[in-house]
Amino acid sequence: MSENITYREAVKRAIHKALKEDERVFLMGEDVGRYGGSYAVSMGFLEEFGKERIIDTPLCESGFTGAGIGAAVNGMRPIVEIMTVNFSFLALDQIVNSASALFYMSGGQFNVPLVIRMATGGGNQLGAQHSHSLEGWYAHIPGLKVLTPATIQDAYAMVGLALEDPNPVLIFENATLYNKKGDFDEKAPVLAIGKAFVHREGKDITFLAYGVNLLKALEAADILAKDGIDAEVIDLRSLRPLDNETIMASIKKTHRALIVDEDWKSGSISAEIMARINEDAFYELDAPMARVCSREVPFPYAAHLEQAAMPQVDKIVQTAHEVMES
Amino acid sequence: MKLDINKAKEFYSQMLLIRRFEEKCAQEYSHQKIRGFLHLYIGEEAVGVGVIDALSDEDAIVATYREHGQALARGIPANSIMAELYGKAEGVSHGRGGSMHLYSAQKRFYGGNAIVAAGLPFAVGMALADKMAKRNRVTLCLFGDGAVAEGEFHESLNLAALWNLPVLFVCENNQYGMGTALKYAESETNISKKAAAYKISSHQVDGMDVLEVSKMAQKAIKSIKAGKGPQFIEAITYRFRAHSMFDAELYRDKSEVQEWKKRDPLLVFKDRLKEMDIVINTQEIEKEISKTVEDAVAFAEAGTLEPVEDLEKFVYSQGAVK
Repeated sequence: MSENITYREAVKRAIHKALKEDERVFLMGEDVGRYGGSYAVSMGFLEEFGKERIIDTPLCESGFTGAGIGAAVNGMRPIVEIMTVNFSFLALDQIVNSASALFYMSGGQFNVPLVIRMATGGGNQLGAQHSHSLEGWYAHIPGLKVLTPATIQDAYAMVGLALEDPNPVLIFENATLYNKKGDFDEKAPVLAIGKAFVHREGKDITFLAYGVNLLKALEAADILAKDGIDAEVIDLRSLRPLDNETIMASIKKTHRALIVDEDWKSGSISAEIMARINEDAFYELDAPMARVCSREVPFPYAAHLEQAAMPQVDKIVQTAHEVMES
Repeated sequence: MKLDINKAKEFYSQMLLIRRFEEKCAQEYSHQKIRGFLHLYIGEEAVGVGVIDALSDEDAIVATYREHGQALARGIPANSIMAELYGKAEGVSHGRGGSMHLYSAQKRFYGGNAIVAAGLPFAVGMALADKMAKRNRVTLCLFGDGAVAEGEFHESLNLAALWNLPVLFVCENNQYGMGTALKYAESETNISKKAAAYKISSHQVDGMDVLEVSKMAQKAIKSIKAGKGPQFIEAITYRFRAHSMFDAELYRDKSEVQEWKKRDPLLVFKDRLKEMDIVINTQEIEKEISKTVEDAVAFAEAGTLEPVEDLEKFVYSQGAVK
């Protein structure tokens, strides 16, 4: 049965279900308990599950992320919440040098079944230390899995997918999505980690996006439809592993590609996707690939500047026209 | 401290095994059989042997990159350690870890950390899991004085004390963080005082005397197992060799090294045995150890290479989580 809930509520229900069903699951991070979560995801959990399982941490990202790794290796199923991707860089050593590498370095003896959730993305006028989309950096690292839920269904499903996975899984929740509402069915089928989803079928151009930019790409596709351009819109869902198969199948159909990513162009996942299309489907292309990314600036505070720095629907529409005409 | 003859033999054997094993490592390194960074524990044997002896099989160890000695003291076979140093498939990490990344699930030995303070938060998490699951186990976290300047040291001590976790922090203070003396790196060189500032029961111990280390570790573990929270031991010790095999050791005087060698843990232990009128057959032990080390080299030499086709094996764990 379908109902209408927010993205926040979807994440909350998924964590709640996990806490209920598995005693080994616990939530740990800054403000997750008494405060109710920086984005109000864990409101009420402390009262229901107690301070042993909803653990408020000091402001020490490396310390509590590392503690999550140790607890995961020692039989627990921690969900570590880091307030924003920018702060996760304080825990970069633990995530990149320990969590991602331990299984390999130990010759397959110690896997790390850890879930790390964090908010990502701009649009809330929070300036350069709270606004960036750096999930593509994590997608660079073998040993990690990187999920980017765009829909209400995935916001719910991906927590479960991550907990079922024996590897360290990072979930990036776009901060501007928490209040978005949508249809939700707890029993809806779930696509596996590493599978992209064709959200809108089309024959003229493929839009590749994830997170909040999926919604922007869909909006652009609706506008383009009125101009007679039929865009296929793909939700990447997982940045590592990346679903080459679905991407290439779409390129073979539309022969044109446009990537929408809120990260900067230089060294981003959009650059990676272009390289892969070049490697695997170059002769299928009827036009140069294009991308709409953020401008190469640390995000500004002022609303008009911030919006100008980020991918917008009109820019996607305009770029799609350019690709179609080239 | 009372010491029975079997324990005396055990302590001596373990320290001698570490000494001879690592002397052989240095030799094989110069023959280019072992490559990469190789950090020797020689001079610090009493710390690992004394502390690890106080653990039960259920307790866990999180170690550093200078961990051959710790791994040997835990009972990980010399053969599989040497094979790892040789980069062979028979090594503890199938040739993927090397000297700095020794692990053993069977022995609950969790590294092998080449980033100096990285093991501290990990140990906190191990202890947190034990506490949550109501298992009365201790996690031993070994690290050097170099780790003390890292933020993770402070974050971890705070969390361990705040959450009253069953973790034993043991700082192996060998006086140098790589090639820089402690006095050039720390405003307060008494490390146990830093730990005490986090309300952790903290002690200094003579790290060249295995009996003192052992006594202190037993007391600490007893307290932790009684639910009294983390303990901190600063073992004052010294590495007789360079930081790694690449180190020309220009930062310290030979006379300083000679002075510390007078307190060689093997000599100190022999003196203690004399005081206690305990007689062990050191020649016999020497013979046994020498055979163990020779066998380890032979085992490593005879080892096979991990197939290159398996290069990407162990990047991801497959299947559902248990």
